Amino acid sequence: MKRIYVHEEYCIGCRLCEIHCLVQHSRSKKILKAFKEEFPRAVSRVLVEEHGYLSFALQCRHCEEAPCLEACITGAMYRDKRTEAVLCNEEKCVGCWMCIMVCPFGVIKRDLESNKVGSKCDLCLGEEMPVCVQNCPNEALTFEERTET
Amino acid sequence: MAYALYPPEFRIERDRDRCIACQVCVRQCANDGHIYDSEDDSISSDESRCVGCHRCGTLCPTGAITIRETPMHFKANGNWTARALRDIYKQAETGGVLLTGMGCDRSYPIYFDRILLNASQVTNPSIDPLREPMELRTFLGSKPDRIELDPSVTGIRLRTNLAPQLVLETPILFSAMSYGSISYNACWALARAAKAEGTFYNTGEGGLHRDFYPYGENTIVQVASGRFGVHADYLHVAAAIEIKIGQGAKPGIGGHLPGEKVSDQISQTRMIPVGTDALSPAPHHDIYSIEDLRQLIFALKEATRYSKPVGVKIAAVHNVAPIASGIVRAGADMVAIDGLRGGTGAAPTTIRDNVGIPIELALAAVDSRLREEGIRHRASIIAAGGFRNSADVTKAIALGADAVYIGTGALVAMGCHLCQKCYTGKCNWGIATQDPYLTKRLNPNIAERRLGNLLRGWSLEIKEMLGGMGINAIESLRGNREHLRGVGMTEAELKILGIKSAGEAW
Amino acid sequence: MSHFYEKDMSGCGIIAIMNEKGVDISGERVMSAIASMRERTNGLGGGFAAYGIYPEYRDFYAFHIMFDTHQAKDETETFLKARCLMQDEEPIPTRPNRYITNPPLLWRYFLRPKDQYINGKSEADFMVSLVMHINANVVGAFVASSGKNMGVFKGVGYPEDIGDFFRLDEYKGYIWTAHGRFPTNSQGWWGGAHPFSLLDWTVVHNGEISSYGINKRYLEHFGYRCTLFTDTEVIAYLFDLLIRKHGLPLELAAKVLSAPFWDEIGRMEGSQRDFFTSLRIIYGSALVNGPFAVVVGHASGMVGLNDRIKLRPLVAARDGDMLYIASEDSAIREICPHPQKVWMPKAGEAVVGTLTPPSRKNIENGREGANPTSNGSDILIGKWGRRNGLRTLPAGISDRKGPG
Repeated sequence: MKRIYVHEEYCIGCRLCEIHCLVQHSRSKKILKAFKEEFPRAVSRVLVEEHGYLSFALQCRHCEEAPCLEACITGAMYRDKRTEAVLCNEEKCVGCWMCIMVCPFGVIKRDLESNKVGSKCDLCLGEEMPVCVQNCPNEALTFEERTET
Repeated sequence: MAYALYPPEFRIERDRDRCIACQVCVRQCANDGHIYDSEDDSISSDESRCVGCHRCGTLCPTGAITIRETPMHFKANGNWTARALRDIYKQAETGGVLLTGMGCDRSYPIYFDRILLNASQVTNPSIDPLREPMELRTFLGSKPDRIELDPSVTGIRLRTNLAPQLVLETPILFSAMSYGSISYNACWALARAAKAEGTFYNTGEGGLHRDFYPYGENTIVQVASGRFGVHADYLHVAAAIEIKIGQGAKPGIGGHLPGEKVSDQISQTRMIPVGTDALSPAPHHDIYSIEDLRQLIFALKEATRYSKPVGVKIAAVHNVAPIASGIVRAGADMVAIDGLRGGTGAAPTTIRDNVGIPIELALAAVDSRLREEGIRHRASIIAAGGFRNSADVTKAIALGADAVYIGTGALVAMGCHLCQKCYTGKCNWGIATQDPYLTKRLNPNIAERRLGNLLRGWSLEIKEMLGGMGINAIESLRGNREHLRGVGMTEAELKILGIKSAGEAW
Repeated sequence: MSHFYEKDMSGCGIIAIMNEKGVDISGERVMSAIASMRERTNGLGGGFAAYGIYPEYRDFYAFHIMFDTHQAKDETETFLKARCLMQDEEPIPTRPNRYITNPPLLWRYFLRPKDQYINGKSEADFMVSLVMHINANVVGAFVASSGKNMGVFKGVGYPEDIGDFFRLDEYKGYIWTAHGRFPTNSQGWWGGAHPFSLLDWTVVHNGEISSYGINKRYLEHFGYRCTLFTDTEVIAYLFDLLIRKHGLPLELAAKVLSAPFWDEIGRMEGSQRDFFTSLRIIYGSALVNGPFAVVVGHASGMVGLNDRIKLRPLVAARDGDMLYIASEDSAIREICPHPQKVWMPKAGEAVVGTLTPPSRKNIENGREGANPTSNGSDILIGKWGRRNGLRTLPAGISDRKGPG
């Protein structure tokens, strides 16, 4: 399946990926409204990890054997048949945070301000390409299919 | 702590309605020009640190930032300009030599903007480059002025042994920019683009990083006065060697790489200690006359067994014509002439802005002089110094250049905004820096693509112009001044350029 | 008439006829052929070159000179007499023609250089320097031709009228070339008509040379001064340079002027590819760009050539010993209704007429800068040239035995 991969040698730590992810998952999907008028503000599903001059964007890896899928008590976590992405049906989520505890990458967030659900990358379903990849100014993120070597 | 006695050069304007305090500007400014206040979730700016590189404005996702020249003007003064005043304030504070980067920015006349090209109509059809072959292939090196043939029973053979030539698919090369003045990624992108487009790039006086040896066939290595990085492998891997006597940005003085930019890798490549200023001496201390230059040229040729062209690069100064003539007679296969507008990573401002002459005049003078002396064929002329577009390149070729070096143009293609602060080592675009936080910003894949696009775009434009003149091979334009006309020039200027005034027919 | 610079922007007509065995042809034939192409000209220039017309003066250089004034004539004659033995001098015979008005003074001189003036140059170079001097320095004098046993007759008017004026029907020669001009300037200058000539080279040219600026500067390196105020002269000088001074075979000289394209060279095999690459590298400034169809005549033949993408018409025909080259098929058929073979030469492909058989004496005289031949009379070219040989003889020497 197509996943988002990061080239850390090109990541400049600007965090524009976080900004655009937030906007994409906001109600209005417009940057000024999303930041200035929406309360509570939407949550970005990608986080840029930094240490010294090394930085890279990290989001859900949509694992083939996903621990969050196993751990979810309500079945809110499910795998989309077409894209094979692991998605969260926020209506069913009760905010138990088991998925966060078992995620080996720590990429699920608690959306505390609104419905108290787990938020994670959904590959911007419905878009041709995830917005973080589209908007990275240094082409540090790619959306591609990689076969196991 | 001394208080700056003059207003900052730039004014940062932030549209509060658009600013979402995302902090991209804060993170991206290497000069710490923007500061985030977490208490009230807002960003303020310190103009005294702004260098006008536009990194913040370009990356801001809402377009909230505008950089302007400071609206706080000095009282209008035709003689004491703002720049003249600022220079004195700075020197009064520091007592040092004023440094700057890139090329001369004063408004001396640009002759390219006063030279116009021809087109054919009616009596001579223009040629369509999309339908007919249009040849830009260029050979750099020493050529005989006639052929020697050996007839034999099986057919005529060539008795002449041609001196080694560089083959270019387009008459544009990347100018000398040292590893040190620019980053590893920038050098890598130049090497890759040169290889992909069938041209060459120049290492400048910083030596050649081992990682770039695979690009040796597209590399011209420089032997400059500091002899940084010059050893046997360096000479053998290259396609050609260039002895750097001078450069347009700072004629008469040597290169300068400030200690801030001498990192570990630079130190290894240049063979100097980490953190020391790399100062190339003004003359080569073994070249004090033309015969010494001849000795070095032939030493290099011997060392490389006469297998590659050896050229010499000089700055365009008043006596550039006899100097070039001497260089050709000394055995150089190529003469590179760098005009007043040539760029640099660091140079004293007064020298950059006041020493040297424009490339258009220098090129015309050298080409005419070499032809008068009957030695034009012995060396190829490469012109350099502020070429901004394909029309400048075409005009230079018509004046007599074999090919053209682009330096500033290549950097701009990679993202440079000409803030002229290269010597600080804080290039926000990741080009003129060694700081690992900043060098990541230049993605060599993107840079290579952009350089390739520039070369291809210019080459297509040159072909269009050639076709318009009724020419389908670049050798028919080279030195063909009949296709140029001047506007707004004095008699003396027209005479030196060797062109007629617009309005005059053949 | 006055010397003023006229860029040759021509859409014109050219015709050349040659008998390869050296048999005489009357001037009438070429006159009727060029007359048939009247529409290609506008009456402001016409001219002819004829070879083999002065057999009794075969060893003397025949200078055809035009003078504006008697003063120019006196100055020129003084200059020439000091440096040459003048065997004969006379006005060029003409008859009145109502369309030819205001002719200059037209004289011909049969000369041989005095030894003490040659000064180590070759005889040919010496005569060239005389021509260059007169054209550049004597106001109101112009040397129309300077070869042995040949002459150029040209002026302002339709070519057939010029031919009538010069009584060309009374001459017989084995090569005739003719040209009718369509200059875009309103005035015509007698010296500006074609053919252009130096020694025994003559050029008739339909076209405009875009590379003129660099061809001229390249020739200056070798001592040629472009004083004839027109771009056509570079073609004559380039042929002189490449063939006489550098010793290139004629087909190769054609490949320098109309160089093959790089992608064609890229398709050649090994040594041939290297050879043509080197040829282009060395002679890049001799490449003639811009549309042209030319016929270059010389004492032992003629060559017709197009530019590398054939932007002007050129047709060739053979009939027995006759070779015809013209801008139009119809001009050839005007005088030869059913030639044995008619074809359109390709871009860059030379049409060569050679006077045969060569005499051994002329080869041994040698040419300046000539490369030694492997067997006296033929130079084999190999796959890409004519196999049974091209030959170029020293300027001014013909191997015809006598008036045909």
